[in-house]
Amino acid sequence: MSPTTTTPQQSLLSRAHAAGVGTEAEKALDGRRLSREDGLALYRCDDIHLVGGLANHVRERLHGDHAYFNVNQHINYTNICNKLCRFCAFQRLPGQEGAYVMSPEEVGTKIREHLDEPVTEVHMVAGVYPKLSYEYYLDILRAVKDVRPDIHIKAFTMIELMQIAVRAKKPLAEVLPELVEAGLGSCPGGGAEVFADRVHQEGYHLKNTGDEWIETARTVHEAGLKSNATMLHGHIETVEERIDHLDRLRLLQDETGGLQCYIPLSFHPENTEWSHLPGPSGLEELREIALGRLMLDNIPHIKAYWIMLGIPLAQLALSYGANDVDGTVVEERIYHDAGATTPQAVERSELLRWIRDAGRIPVERDTVYNVLWSGAEPART
Amino acid sequence: MQGPIIWPVNSPHSNSQPHLQWRAPLASDAHSGPHLARLSELEAKVADGQRIQADDALFLHDHADLLTLGRMADDVRARLHPEPLVTYIVDRNINPTNVCITDCGFCAFYRSPSDPESYVLSREEIFHKVEETVRLGGQQLLMQGGHHPYLLSDWWVELLEDLGERFKINCHALSAPEIDHFAQVEKRSLEAVIADLVQAGLGSLPGAGAEILVERVRAIIAPKKTSTDRWLDVHRKAHEAGLRSSATMMYGNVETAAERVEHLERLRDLQDETGGFTAFACWNTQPKGVPEEHRYPVATTPALYLRVQALARIYLDNFENVQTSYVTQGMRLAQVSLRYGANDFGGTMIEENVVSAAGCFNLESIQTVEHLIESAGFLPRQRNSWYGIVDSRQEKPAFPSCREEAATHRAAPGRQKANHNSVQPA
Repeated sequence: MSPTTTTPQQSLLSRAHAAGVGTEAEKALDGRRLSREDGLALYRCDDIHLVGGLANHVRERLHGDHAYFNVNQHINYTNICNKLCRFCAFQRLPGQEGAYVMSPEEVGTKIREHLDEPVTEVHMVAGVYPKLSYEYYLDILRAVKDVRPDIHIKAFTMIELMQIAVRAKKPLAEVLPELVEAGLGSCPGGGAEVFADRVHQEGYHLKNTGDEWIETARTVHEAGLKSNATMLHGHIETVEERIDHLDRLRLLQDETGGLQCYIPLSFHPENTEWSHLPGPSGLEELREIALGRLMLDNIPHIKAYWIMLGIPLAQLALSYGANDVDGTVVEERIYHDAGATTPQAVERSELLRWIRDAGRIPVERDTVYNVLWSGAEPART
Repeated sequence: MQGPIIWPVNSPHSNSQPHLQWRAPLASDAHSGPHLARLSELEAKVADGQRIQADDALFLHDHADLLTLGRMADDVRARLHPEPLVTYIVDRNINPTNVCITDCGFCAFYRSPSDPESYVLSREEIFHKVEETVRLGGQQLLMQGGHHPYLLSDWWVELLEDLGERFKINCHALSAPEIDHFAQVEKRSLEAVIADLVQAGLGSLPGAGAEILVERVRAIIAPKKTSTDRWLDVHRKAHEAGLRSSATMMYGNVETAAERVEHLERLRDLQDETGGFTAFACWNTQPKGVPEEHRYPVATTPALYLRVQALARIYLDNFENVQTSYVTQGMRLAQVSLRYGANDFGGTMIEENVVSAAGCFNLESIQTVEHLIESAGFLPRQRNSWYGIVDSRQEKPAFPSCREEAATHRAAPGRQKANHNSVQPA
């Protein structure tokens, strides 16, 4: 290396000093924890190349060039819901046109339809329909396992778990072992929205509060189950409220270590009560990925959920802090009801091509991040 | 120089499709690998405003990571455009005919003369479209057609005169291959054809039909279309006749990385000579539904779009503007590309036929475009065909405001950057 060579860290630092976020950048590069104020400064920093570069530095330190994906199947067992969240285009009321509930048999049939595909995970989430019995939830887990015993079931967001405990008439801590017995393997991260009470009141006051979400996730982790975490951004929340959300996730993780992956979810305005809002732009989505990577120093994985971002942004996100793109999904409905124009499934070979074009190495994982297959690394020239 | 990383590709096309053998470099290699020293040297050179050579450009194409390229391109953009403006133009695409005898296998728009789906727009249809455009505050008509065997320069001269008599709007019309087609069929010089068109009111020239300006590539993808040298010559002659033009590149077909760089090199050389190009835009081949789809098995991915556009911004140091292609890349990626070297969002394209025929139609409202520009940290401004700002939010009068003010042929050759102040309005 010639004496004039500037290392990428040096050039990031000099950019950071020019942008007035030198201290924040030094912390990120050294692997020290960023405070809430640091996070705010980076949210407000105009230089997206700098913010992306710092997140990419952290990402490459943790994961090198690996970009994880899995092969999964989505089952949204009902769209009936009593939470009336204003950002949601999926929910229906009982009896409303298009409302549905899948019977356990139908769930089994859906699984059977893809038996010849190398699916390793079922991602099962849905609305909160109070008429569903505790037994129903156990039955749909069993229905999956009956057809495909080896598959990992990642099911039930925190609000669904709370509802299941209500129907079971016992504490969640006692319910979870029974769900596991019926086939539950881990929990997804959806439904966290934005924890702040102000946003909760205005947007989804019938749903669980931020504190309840955290408490439920804590119970899940204490039961020995892993889960993910999300944040629905780009609607009415402020930057401070986003930082608050990330910080609370980070504190939970310090305590339990049960979060595997953080997934920023972009608000899709179409067909929702908030359709007048523009939703986040591509650069805002990339910044959200980067901030997640920078703030959440104790959560191993950051996912660019391609179903929601679209493949182009998910591909780019792999340079802005993300190291996972989710799966070659079968039958996603929630985002498609909100106008997502992405395909509902993607060919494995296509996914590999997109990952490689981003300069990354595709790695197939299972739900709990065991490596199932790794794309051959090209020889260095 | 080291070549790109080659991975084995199990594709029947791979031998005839060099781009399929190209693989993006591992991103982390740019941060710690053996190329770091040269990469850092080039980044310093570009930051210093120095020109890079073709082998440097190929090195960046093959070894830089996306973030580095984006950062470099964004810095070049900021140096050329210290005011944080992103421009766009209210315009309309009018394709007077889809009849074409060039038979390019990547084009889904054209029809042969005898095809029942072929058309030629009547004057009334054209006037109606123009009227609508003028009413919406349009600045430009982007008019291109196919290579019609009988609609030659006299037909276009009449059309331009008819429009000039009725409307005050710039005709940004006729790609270089169309003008070459007139010259060939009419057995006249390019100068004579261009002089007639200028006389009739042609205001500026679009950069279409460049595809890849390398003969090996054109022989495969567009054997009947105008050659590299002729394409460049049409633009040279147009610049000399006082017209400004834009330049384009359609990558992602059968070209190699080195041929992409060669394309950029040809453009930069001509720009050094004439200074007549206003802007550069690139997009990838859109293979869906085109006549020779089998030749183009897969569309390249967005990461390559940003790579190529950023590289072009870095390499084309004598081009003032780089235009993103939302029509082919979609709004969201186009917005991101504003941080990968682009400073122009292109036209609102009230009507777009050619690319939509290849299955990627995107027509968005002005409000959406302005929101996206602002959300990328820029101020949106409307412009005219010569990149003069025509916007009520801008206090200064538009300059250049017309073809004559924009002309470069009297300016000193070899300059780095168009300098409007040295040009006296005619």
